[in-house]
Amino acid sequence: MTVRYADVEPGTEIPGKSYRATRLDLVKYCGASGDFNVIHWNERLARSVGLPGVIAHGMYTMAQAGKFVTEWAGDPGAVLEFGVRFSGMVPVPDDDQGATIEVSGTVTEKLGDNKVAVDIVARSGGTKVLTRSRAVVRLP
Amino acid sequence: MALNKEFVGRVFGPGEPYEVSRVKIAEFADAIGEPSELCRDEAAAQRAGYPDVIAPPTLAIVIAMASTASMHSEPGLGLDYSMVVHGEESFSHSRPLHAGDVVVATTTVESIRAVGSMSMLVTSTDLSTTDGEHVCTAKSTLVERGK
Repeated sequence: MTVRYADVEPGTEIPGKSYRATRLDLVKYCGASGDFNVIHWNERLARSVGLPGVIAHGMYTMAQAGKFVTEWAGDPGAVLEFGVRFSGMVPVPDDDQGATIEVSGTVTEKLGDNKVAVDIVARSGGTKVLTRSRAVVRLP
Repeated sequence: MALNKEFVGRVFGPGEPYEVSRVKIAEFADAIGEPSELCRDEAAAQRAGYPDVIAPPTLAIVIAMASTASMHSEPGLGLDYSMVVHGEESFSHSRPLHAGDVVVATTTVESIRAVGSMSMLVTSTDLSTTDGEHVCTAKSTLVERGK
């Protein structure tokens, strides 16, 4: 079921979702994005620069928030504007579970021309990892 | 080390043309777990009104990063990349990137400022087709942690 512009109002909540980030996910993201910064795959080097361990790419977390919106809109091309502030790290333990990124969102404004503004929050391990996260989405 | 404020206003690029392929779009969609068939199935994308499969919105960073990387490595800038964390990112799309697009990136240094022992570097990267059509502007804030 695809959400429609007529169906949403300021205050409409987008049902929250949880996404997992494992070490394998980060390695795949390294390859797909070309960002091979060692802090995203090498525990020893991540610790050597003062991090708690391997952490997810900020852009991986942003991509999860983006996916949350594009799944709701039913179209990856529906996101016109998308901005975030990275407010916390997502440490990814070396186990089969990895980290969990919980994303939720609320429609804040109808902008006309079938466009809506959405505020998004992403949390991991009890910490807000994305703040000031806002998307403008065109709905059918 | 403080960043060189003389870089503010400097423009890097346009760089080499980047051809957006179906394979890269599908690989990126797989890597972020984006399930949409519009990223993988040309016929489905065309039924939705697109010329070919479309990229998830954050794929633009892959092309933008290649452009900003050449700027970050300029010795005169004074950036220690091992101390860099990503502060903010935003994308403004005129339309989604789709397979077959050939785009060039141009990066402008918008601001450099010191906040305590940290330095904040704000850049804006325009992605346009080689025909001059604007597709996306990616704005990045990088934070160089103090030592």
